Amino acid sequence: MAVVALRMLFGDRAKYFGLVLGVAFATLLVTQQGGMFVGLMTRTASVIADIQEADIWVMDPQAKYIDTVRALRATELPRVRGVEGVAWAVPLFKTSAPVKTLDGRIDNALVLGVDDASLIGLPRQILLGRPEDLWRPDAIAIDQAGFIRLWPGEKLQLGRELELNDHRAVIVAITQASAAFSANIIIHAPFTRAVTFLPQGRDTLSFVLARAAPGRSAASVAQAISRQTGLQALSAADFRWKTISFYLANTGIPISFGLVIVLGVFVGIAVVGLTFNTFVAENIRQYGALKAMGLSDLRLTGLVLLQGAVVGLVGYGLGLGIAALFFNFATQPPGALRGFNLPWWIAAGDAVVTGLIVLLAMFASLRRVLVLDPAIVFRG
Amino acid sequence: MSLAVTCRDVVKGFGSGDARVMALRGVTLDVRAGEMTLLVGPSGCGKTTLISAIAAMLTPDSGDITVFGENLRKMPRRKVTAFRGGTVGFVFQQYNLLPALTCVENASIPLRVLGRPAGEANRRATELLDRLGLAEHRHRFPAELSGGQQQRVAIARALVHDPRLVVCDEPTASLDAANGQAAMALLRELAIKPGRAVIVVTHDERIFRFADRIAHMADGHIETVSDLEAAAA
Repeated sequence: MAVVALRMLFGDRAKYFGLVLGVAFATLLVTQQGGMFVGLMTRTASVIADIQEADIWVMDPQAKYIDTVRALRATELPRVRGVEGVAWAVPLFKTSAPVKTLDGRIDNALVLGVDDASLIGLPRQILLGRPEDLWRPDAIAIDQAGFIRLWPGEKLQLGRELELNDHRAVIVAITQASAAFSANIIIHAPFTRAVTFLPQGRDTLSFVLARAAPGRSAASVAQAISRQTGLQALSAADFRWKTISFYLANTGIPISFGLVIVLGVFVGIAVVGLTFNTFVAENIRQYGALKAMGLSDLRLTGLVLLQGAVVGLVGYGLGLGIAALFFNFATQPPGALRGFNLPWWIAAGDAVVTGLIVLLAMFASLRRVLVLDPAIVFRG
Repeated sequence: MSLAVTCRDVVKGFGSGDARVMALRGVTLDVRAGEMTLLVGPSGCGKTTLISAIAAMLTPDSGDITVFGENLRKMPRRKVTAFRGGTVGFVFQQYNLLPALTCVENASIPLRVLGRPAGEANRRATELLDRLGLAEHRHRFPAELSGGQQQRVAIARALVHDPRLVVCDEPTASLDAANGQAAMALLRELAIKPGRAVIVVTHDERIFRFADRIAHMADGHIETVSDLEAAAA
């Protein structure tokens, strides 16, 4: 009888496509917006994620997330280094600064000053140039997207000059840094040079980046650092989540995306529900005939659920496919959506949501079939 | 001659209070096996309600209906559906063929409902369609057939599982005279066998000649039952 159910479903092509498109639309909305939301939230902590060498971040005790920078005294660095279990510790300077090209184009950049000697903090992926060239005078590294933003349409090239807060800077490397949440351009420079780009107070140490000694967990060493220095020390994973949590709790982003996702679910339920209801209403005599001919309620329920399952699977596949294509093509670097992706758990979660949409949408229709009086077939 | 169906003081009403309508007011009727019985009467007299009850699609408020020895009132609900699927064949006024299925697939449905394999069901349906003159239309869809041809597919569907009771509701109402006569002739030829019975609800006097007996209904009860010599016999 499964064949009968499927032929009934595919036989009414307009409704079948309507049902599939309803599910696909809801799936697309939920997965696309879900992926964008996760991507955006991940971006808030992209600087932390990019510095993979450090598994501990040390900062002011009052720091709430990565963008609340209150500089530490320079003496805190050796104190952190002195804590047992710390393999190494390096400084990180973080600020934002206006940048200006020689032809007058201006923008805002995130400036990161990395350890002079080790250059820990520099993105691992260097597209052009060499990290050691950062030791040359006025040298900076800029991310690919930033370069394109400052010099649109031009080929990536080294040696371009720009002004960083009226200080001359020369590009010696082009990096593939993850996109930051609040800036379009990411500049890396050695620590001692980066602090000269902007007028600073007495203290310039934004963060101390550290690594736990082999055999020690980042969390336990971070606790030891906090205990001994009075500073806030967190594992990179914890700091990343603390930053994401701050944005979740203090911005309207989750509500905005959440509303779109909820809207997608409701639109899906409405479209699929109404279309399926119409489909059942138009085929009610056929269901009645099947019932009259001895098809039990259980098997009839199976037929309707099979029809719903096929609609759900095809619609989900279509919606997910379109969402996957979007994330594949629209998020290629150096585009504005670079780094956004579709995590497997968003796709899996949406499969559950789609299942619920189809079940809820079919509920009324299924009820109509179950309470159907088979004697309807005798009515003209 | 044995009895296929017996109805005793069958009462059925719809609605409640002042709006309650009594469709059957104590119907007593015997339908003999091996015969075609026509139920005739004016609209609203209870014909459709009576065949719905006989076909186990409706439970009477009181009275007993026995079909081939099975008292429907005493039959557990879960058995009623299976009983209907195995014992009763239906021909509807509107044919009620599934538009997305071919003639063979439509005709094979009762066997599929009974759980028979697709191959066996299709083979049996094909045999019947061939006997009904639809050999070349087997794989066409209902929309591609005339009304008479669709009704013949419906007859094949009603007979494919060899039911003991065939219930027809206005089987000629949507057909012209020639097609109506042809459909009834086929029904008589294929469905009337020893130990089997056909009940036809109709307004169409032109098909009275195919009946063995005609039960006249009025106002929810059987007024008269007349024995006829079936012209097609």
